[in-house]
Amino acid sequence: MARSSDPTRFTIAEAREALAAKDISARELAQAHVDAVVKARPLNAFITETPDHALSRAAQSDARIAAGEARPLEGIPLAIKDLFCTQGVRTTAASRILDNFIPTYESAVSQNLWDAGAVMVGKTNLDEFAMGSSNETSYFGPVTNPWRARGRNDDLVPGGSSGGSATAVAANLALGATGTDTGGSIRQPAAVTGIVGLKPTYGRCSRWGIVAFASSLDQAGPMTRTVRDAAIMLKAMASHDPRDTTSVNVPVPDYEKALEGGIAGLKVGIPKEYRIDGAPPEIDELWNRGVEWLRTQGAEIIDVSLPHTKYALPAYYIVAPAEASSNLARYDGVRYGHRASGVDDLIGLYERTRAEGFGREVKRRIMIGTYVLSAGYYDAYYLRAQRVRTLIAQDFAQSFQRCDVLLTPATPSPAFAVGAKTDDPVSMYLNDVFTVTVNLAGLPAISVPSGLSHDGLPLGLQIIGKAFDEATVLRAGRAIETAADFRSAPQAWWRPA
Amino acid sequence: MSVQPQRNTKLIEGATGSWEIVIGMEVHAQVSSKSKLFSGASTEFGAEPNSQVSLVDAAMPGMLPVINRYCVEQAVKTGLGLKAKINLHSVFDRKNYFYPDLPAGYQISQYKQPVVGEGEIHIDLANGENVLVGIERLHLEQDAGKSLHDQHPDQTYIDLNRAGVALMEIVSRPDMRSSEEAAAFLRKMRAILRYLGTCDGNMEAGSMRADVNVSVRRPGAELGTRCEIKNVNSMRFVVQAVEYEARRQIDILEAGGSIRQETRLFDSKNGETRPMRSKEEAHDYRYFPDPDLLPLTFDQAWVDELAQHLPELPDDKKLRFMKAGLSAYDAAVLVSEKEAADYFETMVAEGAEAKAAANWLNNEYFGRLNKAGLTISSGPISAKAASLTVSLVASNVISGKIAKELTDIIWREGGDPREIVDRLGLRQVSDTAAIESAVDAVLAANPEKVEEVRAKPKAAAWFVGQVLKATQGKANPQVVNAILRRRLNLPEEG
Repeated sequence: MARSSDPTRFTIAEAREALAAKDISARELAQAHVDAVVKARPLNAFITETPDHALSRAAQSDARIAAGEARPLEGIPLAIKDLFCTQGVRTTAASRILDNFIPTYESAVSQNLWDAGAVMVGKTNLDEFAMGSSNETSYFGPVTNPWRARGRNDDLVPGGSSGGSATAVAANLALGATGTDTGGSIRQPAAVTGIVGLKPTYGRCSRWGIVAFASSLDQAGPMTRTVRDAAIMLKAMASHDPRDTTSVNVPVPDYEKALEGGIAGLKVGIPKEYRIDGAPPEIDELWNRGVEWLRTQGAEIIDVSLPHTKYALPAYYIVAPAEASSNLARYDGVRYGHRASGVDDLIGLYERTRAEGFGREVKRRIMIGTYVLSAGYYDAYYLRAQRVRTLIAQDFAQSFQRCDVLLTPATPSPAFAVGAKTDDPVSMYLNDVFTVTVNLAGLPAISVPSGLSHDGLPLGLQIIGKAFDEATVLRAGRAIETAADFRSAPQAWWRPA
Repeated sequence: MSVQPQRNTKLIEGATGSWEIVIGMEVHAQVSSKSKLFSGASTEFGAEPNSQVSLVDAAMPGMLPVINRYCVEQAVKTGLGLKAKINLHSVFDRKNYFYPDLPAGYQISQYKQPVVGEGEIHIDLANGENVLVGIERLHLEQDAGKSLHDQHPDQTYIDLNRAGVALMEIVSRPDMRSSEEAAAFLRKMRAILRYLGTCDGNMEAGSMRADVNVSVRRPGAELGTRCEIKNVNSMRFVVQAVEYEARRQIDILEAGGSIRQETRLFDSKNGETRPMRSKEEAHDYRYFPDPDLLPLTFDQAWVDELAQHLPELPDDKKLRFMKAGLSAYDAAVLVSEKEAADYFETMVAEGAEAKAAANWLNNEYFGRLNKAGLTISSGPISAKAASLTVSLVASNVISGKIAKELTDIIWREGGDPREIVDRLGLRQVSDTAAIESAVDAVLAANPEKVEEVRAKPKAAAWFVGQVLKATQGKANPQVVNAILRRRLNLPEEG
């Protein structure tokens, strides 16, 4: 496929090629994205734009390219979810409580990206503390999905929590973005904005320097326009980090190379529990199409059962808030971040600071988390949820004795309208129904754009793999991508005429 | 295994009969380690406020704890020293509560699965009784920072230097029955920790402190309601706190009241305990396993390796000292401070006889040190000089009386005792001819006394004194005595 003349439409692989061939300079590439970011302000994808960072690093990249010392992501403009701490650049977690916080340190994952030569166009918007599935809980306002339903002008949500990153990639504001995925926060927004989102195995990427939501579930991953780009980005993001005890010391393979070879003989499991009542028929139709695509390419399709799937969502909404209620205790107005003024007693300081600093969804989850950990409730909720988690991991382990990957839908529906679910938290939580199981089991999974809904909105399919087998997940994802040949892109309606 | 000591109870009298005190203790001992439990920050005492605070200690967003394996090693060594069960698998939990000196809003501790399980401690009492106190568990946890209320009229300052420092919390069974036992327990605990080198035991600097649980009951009755007394930071305060608290509880019960389970604070100024918070006000700490940390695991081979290299502990040392001829009491006194035991052992290594060295320390040197407010480590006499002094007496080079004089000199001026004895001519005279002439001179000068002694032989001691005086104490008293008896035709003693 010929490269676009617009460098913001490049894939990472194409940009790498164009930079190496000196068809474009890193500085030109960065400038094109800096301009696109400014023009896309109506989407509200960024909390902080960092044009100086992008342009000055791009100049350094040009020097390296000229010297023949280009690194794997040399000069590639990326957007960074504003949950990754960036040295000297404000990091908010989309919360008022951190709206003035400038870290003195760089997260392990973003440092890995800079060490690979990437440049940063800005810090992307997200649901506050990554708690949400629509990017509507941000203190800095909602992000608008670049996609619109066919023939309509209603604003749609980009999914969440990595909604700003998804929008930045889908709207060509960055060649790739980092996301974090606690219950689906990479895969769900990727699916509803028509891009690729990969959640690696828990422990594959260091959590050091990522504002914690739920420590046992959080995992950073790439959001890109192609599976190949996800492979390239993951290779740079992943590392063993002694500063994160839960990061695992296993070799990071060359994922891009692993894309080759096809899927002949690959055993693909189809879990029957992912066919749910009330989901639009087009979701099942897409899934069936995906099965045929893989079968046609030589995969062996196997029906499997993950019997505890129905308990995953409730278990997730106990474990994640429990950990969050403790992780967010540090935001107390004492050392950094927002502090309520005019309070002269300690309890008042805590109460006012946190009342002012946190939004409704964050407060809701802190209260749920505090409740389920309380004396007398711990066994009934938290302990039981942990048991469910073990059972879910066992379900997967048993399936993976018979197959190499699983194929499922990524979301139960396409993007919905802004405001449609904000008053109904449970219907909002249901967005994660196909994704949370993977987090509870710590497995890798990818969402790949696979088709459009009846009204022209993107839908994704999910490939789930064995722990630390991202290579196979990517290869299967590549097979879906090839078969789906998803070429649709949103109209740039947000650009000034 | 529950250790229930069988022994005479130490009852105390109330107005309506006798009562038994039941005491259990939680000892917080700071792990001797250069860096904190979950961060690389220094643990040095007395540094500028907030100069030893890492990003982890300050709970900055996205920071993660990493276990300091050295602190784990210290905890396991301590467990071995307490003859306790070492758990090869243990778990760090979060204890959640809000306080400004607790930056993360939770303390990382161990709740249901501590690194060390049940063990025991033997304590020696002044009457020679040996009491066994059960240890329930030992776990690792982080210390909090410090709130400074005296820096500003209406603001509180926070110093996070201590935040994240590793503590061992060691919990005893309620096996103690008197304030003396409680103090002896704490003293013994301190000695064990210091022998192991796992805690410096410095109570003034706060590196060891105790919470004391006290209840009272009628002899043989069920356990009474207990009160926990916080932050008792010296042996003397343990005694005061237990006695005050027991008396307070007895007074309430005898007046028909009942004890409220509560946490109380020991006020060392007035020797009282004051209420801090009641059971109803107790925090719900919402413990749960810390998801940032994997379970703490190690293998038995590593524990065995540590056990093999464990230093000698007070009980073993005491037995060894007793085998060398010391009384149980002398041995117990010497081993109670590691430095004293080391000093004693150096004296013996330098040639002093064990019993004589112990006597010199217990009867001579410790008294001098106490009076001068010094310790064995800060005292002026080296173990080598002490050993030489004791050996000079044993080999009859100087008399016991001269030894005291010699000790005075080396206390003040130092120096080699042998050289001092030679220079000042302190050598004991055992030359019979010289002593005979001194005896004859004294007898000739006191004819009426000679008559008296012939009638009453016990009065001969007077002549010994006179001869020693005439020889400035240098005459060997045994030789003087023998010559006197011969001259006066008195029977040999014995």
